[in-house]
Amino acid sequence: MALIADRLYYVLGVIVFLAVWQAASVFKLFGSEFSESFSPVAAMLALIEMIKNGELVHHALPSLRRVLISLSFAVVVALPVGVLVGYFKRIEQMTYVVFQFMRMISPLAWMPIAIIIFGVGDVSVVFLLWLVAIWPLILNTSHGAGRVSPLWVNMSRTMGARDAGILRKVIIPAAVPDMLTGLRLAVGVSWIILVPAEMLGVPDGLGYFILDTRDRFRYDQLMATIMVIGMIGYLLDSVNRWLIHKFSWKI
Amino acid sequence: MSETKAKGVPLLELRDVSKTFLKDGAEFKVLEKVNLEIDEGEFVCILGPTGCGKSVTLQIVAGLIEQSSGSVILDGREEHGPGPHKGMVFQEYALLPWRSVRENVELGLELKGVSRKERHRIAGEQLEIVGLKGAENSMVHEISGGMRQRAAIARALANSPRILLMDEPFEALDALTKEEMQIQILKAWEKTKTTIFFVTHDVDEAIFLSDKICVMDINPGRVKKILENRLPRPRHELVCRTDREFGEMRDQIIQLYSSLKDEELDLVF
Ligand SMILES: Nc1ncnc2c1ncn2[C@@H]1O[C@H](COP(=O)(O)OP(=O)(O)OP(=O)(O)O)[C@@H](O)[C@H]1O
Ligand SMILES: [Mg+2]
Repeated sequence: MALIADRLYYVLGVIVFLAVWQAASVFKLFGSEFSESFSPVAAMLALIEMIKNGELVHHALPSLRRVLISLSFAVVVALPVGVLVGYFKRIEQMTYVVFQFMRMISPLAWMPIAIIIFGVGDVSVVFLLWLVAIWPLILNTSHGAGRVSPLWVNMSRTMGARDAGILRKVIIPAAVPDMLTGLRLAVGVSWIILVPAEMLGVPDGLGYFILDTRDRFRYDQLMATIMVIGMIGYLLDSVNRWLIHKFSWKI
Repeated sequence: MSETKAKGVPLLELRDVSKTFLKDGAEFKVLEKVNLEIDEGEFVCILGPTGCGKSVTLQIVAGLIEQSSGSVILDGREEHGPGPHKGMVFQEYALLPWRSVRENVELGLELKGVSRKERHRIAGEQLEIVGLKGAENSMVHEISGGMRQRAAIARALANSPRILLMDEPFEALDALTKEEMQIQILKAWEKTKTTIFFVTHDVDEAIFLSDKICVMDINPGRVKKILENRLPRPRHELVCRTDREFGEMRDQIIQLYSSLKDEELDLVF
């Protein structure tokens, strides 16, 4: 019973949010001219229209594709790097300053360089997303690999494990929950950076579409796109939360 | 002593093993010239007050820390570093929580590259020996402390070690489980004929389990006396704790202990 009540409150929160939003547009808080098209009802109608005419899929798919490709590259690079950084103290010492320094730089700052190297288009966007995704992955993985109980390491050595065996049988599996936490953060920041990155000259994607709707004065579609960005982000995060729940070991 | 020599080469030999740690820049002598011989198939306990270097001794034998001088000789060869021929059972179990009981027991075999089928068979056998049949597929967090320590013992035994090193393995368990485990380890020892080197600070435990008790002195840690334990076997029946011989053995050890205490007091004054 308590569970149903709990769920109701989650739903209630969303309803209150929509009501406040609707009220804001009814009372013309977004300015007298456009408040009408900023309302959730208008956004909902625009969303249905975008689904029907295929515009939504046309822009959402490239966005998802870019994020997933860059995440894949980020995982492939960051997990091994993170494990090595966490396990070998010397590597950690050598990379610490550089990594902490690099991760504080907004990937958008690299944008001109990305465009010089890769030109305007998908590759630059993917590169920028990759650049933002690797830091949470590397830092969480190395944190997880670094705090593995020395008892487990010693135990595995008495079982005949050398460095490679220790990494494969102890360090890496022990760090899985931290890797997944890193992935969750990486997905979050990638999805956030995606929108500005797609404003840099690609011909499709949700970020592009935001500018496009603005230029066409279709603020109802703009709001609908914002909602879609939020919803997809929420779904991606839910997948990650499920992964963490599923693959975290208990003591 | 000459009796044991006559039996031939001991399985494990500690020769003048000393260990000095650096503590706040000063040298701190933990072990001084520890000499000990363990024959194949023997059950030897190290007994001593806390801080006398029992764990350090065992870890030196395991190869987890290096002695400052002296040598550890196993099967006639000088030992360096850890390996699966020296099975270790830790007080804290050290089971991997993302693995099931069976997968934990299979760890050493995986590292050796043993086939899946063979791993399965050996793990099943060892789990049977320690009385864990039926819990193979449980996760570590689902089983009790006693069961965890059984799994840890099975894991060490699965490598068919030449010697099994145990550092106060039952200390974290309640009194009843502890007694149960003592009987269990004797049964496993009889079945597998594995040599066991067992650290404890529990006098009764040492007497109940061992063939030989190495009583250690503190500051610096060294061998005070090696006692032969001639209590008849098998000792599964707890009654033997009330035997006259058991009591005599305990008195003898307590006396040794109290002379240790005196020396400590001398040091303090
Ligand atoms: N890595 C280390 N560095 C410095 N000193 C150490 C280290 N390991 C152990 N010691 C010291 O060596 C001494 C012996 O430690 P050890 O753990 O062997 O004692 P113990 O006999 O096993 O005691 P207990 O019964 O409490 O387990 C202690 O004074 C301890 O502080
Ligand atoms: Mg100890």
